[in-house]
Amino acid sequence: MTPTREDELSEIIRDASGPLAVRGGGTRGINLAGGDLSTRGLTGITLYEPGALTLVVKAGTPLVEVETALAAERQRLAFEPQDLRTLLGTDGASTIGGVVATNASGPRRIQVGACRDHLLGVRFVDGAGNIIKNGGRVMKNVTGYDLVKLLAGSYGTLGVLTEVSLKVLPLPQHEATLTITGLDETQAVAAMSAALGSPYDITGAAFTEGRVMIRLEGFTESVAYRAEKLAKDLGHFGKVEIGPADWQDVRDVAAFAKQVGDVWRVSIRPSALIETLAALRADGPVQIVTDWGGGLVWVLCDEGRDLRLSLLTGHATRVRGTPNGDAPRFQPEAAPVAALSAGLRQRFDPRGILNPGVMG
Amino acid sequence: MQMPQPSNRVLALKSQLADRLRQVLPKDAVISDLAETRAYECDGLSAYRCPPMLAVLPASTQEVSDVLRICHEMGVPVVPRGSGTSLAGGAMPTSDCVILGVARLNAVLETDYADRIIRVQTGRTNLSVTGAVEAEGFFYAPDPSSQLACAIAGNIAMNSGGAHCLKYGVTTNNLLGVKMVMMDGTVVEIGGGHLDAPGLDLLGVICGSEGQLGVVTEATLRILHKPEGARPVLIGFNGNAVAGACVSDIIKAGVLPVAIEFMDRPCIEACEAFAHAGYPDCEALLIVEVEGSDAEIDHQLALIGEIAARHNPVEVREARDADEAARIWLGRKSAFGAMGQINDYMCLDGTIPVTELPNVLDRIRQMSAEYGLDVANVFHAGDGNMHPLILYNANTPGDLERCEAFGAAILKLCVEVGGCLTGEHGVGIEKRDLMHVQFNAADLDAQMSVKDVFDPGWLLNPAKVFPLDASAGHRAA
Repeated sequence: MTPTREDELSEIIRDASGPLAVRGGGTRGINLAGGDLSTRGLTGITLYEPGALTLVVKAGTPLVEVETALAAERQRLAFEPQDLRTLLGTDGASTIGGVVATNASGPRRIQVGACRDHLLGVRFVDGAGNIIKNGGRVMKNVTGYDLVKLLAGSYGTLGVLTEVSLKVLPLPQHEATLTITGLDETQAVAAMSAALGSPYDITGAAFTEGRVMIRLEGFTESVAYRAEKLAKDLGHFGKVEIGPADWQDVRDVAAFAKQVGDVWRVSIRPSALIETLAALRADGPVQIVTDWGGGLVWVLCDEGRDLRLSLLTGHATRVRGTPNGDAPRFQPEAAPVAALSAGLRQRFDPRGILNPGVMG
Repeated sequence: MQMPQPSNRVLALKSQLADRLRQVLPKDAVISDLAETRAYECDGLSAYRCPPMLAVLPASTQEVSDVLRICHEMGVPVVPRGSGTSLAGGAMPTSDCVILGVARLNAVLETDYADRIIRVQTGRTNLSVTGAVEAEGFFYAPDPSSQLACAIAGNIAMNSGGAHCLKYGVTTNNLLGVKMVMMDGTVVEIGGGHLDAPGLDLLGVICGSEGQLGVVTEATLRILHKPEGARPVLIGFNGNAVAGACVSDIIKAGVLPVAIEFMDRPCIEACEAFAHAGYPDCEALLIVEVEGSDAEIDHQLALIGEIAARHNPVEVREARDADEAARIWLGRKSAFGAMGQINDYMCLDGTIPVTELPNVLDRIRQMSAEYGLDVANVFHAGDGNMHPLILYNANTPGDLERCEAFGAAILKLCVEVGGCLTGEHGVGIEKRDLMHVQFNAADLDAQMSVKDVFDPGWLLNPAKVFPLDASAGHRAA
């Protein structure tokens, strides 16, 4: 079913007799059980005010359409949503609602925040068919509880998004990347922490295929100035080269796209990177792509391995791979927290029909 | 302001409850004498006062858990309190409640500059979080104007903002993890030093829940390295509309100032009379602050100057040094003091789309004439967060009521043009009964269902945020 209006969607959900598989572009490669319910009929930009940095858009609108409209005004979604289609071997077109429902956030998360930090408001239909709005279209809003954050990254389990309001930001005039090669992992994380602890407004810090990459964005002169200062500060780690770089490959984990194996996303404190990698390697071979200054590790490992069994700290999500035994996609939560999550699902979706089981 | 009838059952428990609390807390941490509980009778919204039944000052998460468990067992409402600086009555007691103050929970538990985080107990003041890391060149970004006094616990409860949030975001964008005690005494940990949490974003809904979901005792906060420098420019205009258009153009040009502050004529005149900052004689004034190295600041200020020039400014005054920067900020920072000297005032906090600025200021001016009360506007223009100050005289019978009616009319206008009731102060009791203006029954029910999950007995911070008629069914359930 592909409703084209919010009230139509509300009726479908209210009248549903069984589970619904809620999807936008279906690019995440998540197997959903239940009757097909697509948001792709809910499309169009409701409001775009470049001078107020705000965009209101229907949830089923293709991401590419949103990005094209923003680019025409030299603006962008600064949280850098990923395109994981190549990694996951999926096709289809990502929707803005799917981006929000998965809180998809790329390398710039370390500076500007995640998708949830740019989400100003939502409209959604809950599991009983109620149409609910929360937040709005203004930058600062503490009126009532923040269900906006709760809906971001809820994978359609609390409600089906129909419209989202987002904060957008201007495109920078210039971008440059400092690259240092030949560092081991200990040196790499130290170099990234040093850069992120500087006053130079780093918008990307990644370590992949033996290279540390540090991104700077802004006015041309400012980027040149900061790049020079930072190159000097990081000089003792190795030779620093300054130039363009392909951040899309980091964002989309291109390094693992053509390789066989499961892919996990591990979230840790950067200072825990070295012991985390040692523990992962002790239990089997892994390859890594490190983003967020060492705080986000994409791990390629043998098919069927439960990476969590090797994890000492942080949490892990399986992004690619078939479910194996008891290992769910998302990291199970501690009992009292899991009880809160379950309670919220029960309230927002009393019949348990929205993407059941997707988040565990 | 209507508050629920105090429960005689609860009031009768006072001495029994005090005894039980004294078994789990030090003697001086349980306050039951009316002379002393009166210290907690109000917060920053001092027009409303009510001494609590008891006040407790636990000094550890375990003590907070013990207090909540006992209150939960006995069915006693609890009002959590940070430093009591809320302007919305977020920490106002009921006469049958226990005030739970977190002031004794003020330790720094961990700082990690490599991971750029600090973990603190939440009674710690906002400014002293920065104080703990500034020797290393770092700071904690959210900076509410009460930052000298306000506690991180209150910042989390109200999702506090500040003058610099245009660039750095508000509390929710800088909070990575919490340790929180639920009403039944259960301790939960959500998030941590990493940048995201698995599962539903519970942290996102806890932040800004006005102390109604749990008592946060520890917080992991993001810290940032300070910029190399910062400098403001002052730009005067002969109309509100043209100043508003200039704000839009600055934002569109790709400059991201850390702050864009707006003052209208009544505010400029009051500040000038009070602080003698040397502001130009004009209808509207912007203070735009940018950060970076000297050369970066020069470049950004030049660009802002070019943009402003297209809007026929009355004056563009760049700060050339720290002294001139301080003079530019002097008037703005003394705005509230200046108003206080003229009269009593009520400070509003609605947010509007930036593009509605000239229209809303015109309408406020018309309403000012209708209500017969003066109003001055200071404004975080970059993000549309307005702070109209309505002047009234508390000693004139009927003035407060007229002021409140005027305030409500302004907030309704904010919602009508696409904005909201509160941008950074919170709902508390002050805006509780206006929630119907912004939300319908389904919207409110969805929010209250979160409360049902976290605090099924509705004992935490009662009678705030949700209109009493809307919450009646949930409270009775």
